[in-house]
Amino acid sequence: MNTNGAPHIEFQDVSAWYGRKQVLRNVTFTVPRNTVLGVIGPANSGKTTLLKIINRTLDFVDGARFTGDVLINGENIKQIGDPNALRRRIGMVFPLPVGLPLTIYENVVYAPRRMGISGKAELDEIVERCLRQAVLWDEVKDRLNMLGTRLSGGQQQRLTLARALSLSPEILCLDEFSIAIDPVTTMRIEEVLKELRKTVTIVLVTNLVQQARRLADDTLFLWRAELVEHSPTDIAFSEHPKDRRTYDYVNGIFG
Amino acid sequence: MSAVASSFSNQSVVTVNPFAPSDFERRKRRRAIINKWIMFGFCLILVVPLLAILVDIFRRAAPILSLDYLWQNPTDKGKEGGLWAPLVGTFYLVIGALAFVAPVGILAGIYLNEYAREGWLNRIISITVTTLAGVPSIVHGLFGLGAFVLVMLPGINRIFADPNDSDTKWQAGLLTASLTIAVMNLPLIVTSTREALGAVPHAFREACWNLGASRWQTIRTIVLPNSFSGILTGVILTVSRAAGETAPILFTGATSFKFIADQGWDKVFPYNFREPFMAMSTHLHIICTQISRMPDVMKFGAAAVLIALILFINSFAVVLRVWLRGRKRW
Repeated sequence: MNTNGAPHIEFQDVSAWYGRKQVLRNVTFTVPRNTVLGVIGPANSGKTTLLKIINRTLDFVDGARFTGDVLINGENIKQIGDPNALRRRIGMVFPLPVGLPLTIYENVVYAPRRMGISGKAELDEIVERCLRQAVLWDEVKDRLNMLGTRLSGGQQQRLTLARALSLSPEILCLDEFSIAIDPVTTMRIEEVLKELRKTVTIVLVTNLVQQARRLADDTLFLWRAELVEHSPTDIAFSEHPKDRRTYDYVNGIFG
Repeated sequence: MSAVASSFSNQSVVTVNPFAPSDFERRKRRRAIINKWIMFGFCLILVVPLLAILVDIFRRAAPILSLDYLWQNPTDKGKEGGLWAPLVGTFYLVIGALAFVAPVGILAGIYLNEYAREGWLNRIISITVTTLAGVPSIVHGLFGLGAFVLVMLPGINRIFADPNDSDTKWQAGLLTASLTIAVMNLPLIVTSTREALGAVPHAFREACWNLGASRWQTIRTIVLPNSFSGILTGVILTVSRAAGETAPILFTGATSFKFIADQGWDKVFPYNFREPFMAMSTHLHIICTQISRMPDVMKFGAAAVLIALILFINSFAVVLRVWLRGRKRW
């Protein structure tokens, strides 16, 4: 496990419920600053809930709650007065591509505008930077006034990524970001992520086990709401991970 | 089975048309066509009564329909003259009702759809709204009589009116009738607002929340701009319904031609919100049932104008909906 530097994200004994159904059970782990954490696990194992806890959008889900403590930069997120301020520090990309019913340009500057940034030059710069980082710039630079919802699924997914980067977040959470994106573009985005890694802590939820292997410093394996393994990626993917079930899952022996 | 001889080759090759329908397919297709026409027939049944009513009324009203008929006030208990006073009364009534019901209904709809959590309170409010929508209009009229005319007005008069001057007294009139119509249309506006808001995909809201936008910022920047036309359509439909309601205003402020004639036109017209008024719907009701030897053409004239008014308002809603479909952004 990478132990250099103070932990950026820290989960302490976190459990979560939707109504009576428990979706996370006593999960504890830390993510050091400027590393990539890969989260793997089958459907319904609590991966998405994990992300929703980090930026507290679990608050918006009726009947959902979590216990335990989540610290970001040592600050307990339950004690943050304005959760929106927390969300602005965390870029979040969920698997379904969502282009807001605004122009491509306005999609990217949505969050900056809410922050009161209104200078044309500044906004232009944000748009170009984020669209380049999301590998979408070349495809849309001539039609920034087109509706974001008119883009193809894969393009909308990259637009979502561009939006998530618009406030230069310190943490970037990606949930299955590549399911709608072709392999070549995915590889290019992965290159960008490797670049972003120098300044941003990335939590990468993925069903593509190989993607976690390529990008993640540490890998976390969730299974049936429990944290089964949290090891450096080369150990998690080796012949002898800490838990036998990790080996089985990674090598497709499960079930 | 039909066989087609290929005329392109030297040899005479006989091929079977692979797309020729079998007997079973032919029967199935025939049945599908018959079913379609049966359903089309039922759709015609839907339209026939409406057309019959419209044609009959406008045919019988035709001799009297003119601009003068609209501009003039009714005279001789409505046997002569036009419809100006009731038209203006209905206009004021609708505006008054909207002033109460639109803000309350739209804000309540926004709260219920965007803020309220699933729970017993939300469920009770939803059931209340649905039940309120099913209450007969005459019951709303009696409620308005009880709540606004018999309770609210005496309270107001005790505070504002001069006991020695009956002219300063607030009477059942535009205010009480507008309030009654507003209460009655509240469920309609709440429901149509919720529907319009619900048509905006939830994913848009989540995307905004993930960016750190507050609930209100999300509503203001994404939800409302994309549901505005739908909300407006609900408001317009409310207007057209309010314009046609009779029972709720019968006891709560609408008055007959006779009363106004006794008061003298100068005194009652133009309208004051604390005095009785004439409305199209009650005017039609009164000239049809309360006054003997009323010429038929006057009755049909009033009915034709009322229907035309409502169709005219409804056509706005239709145009709006077409426009809305054209500029859908996702």
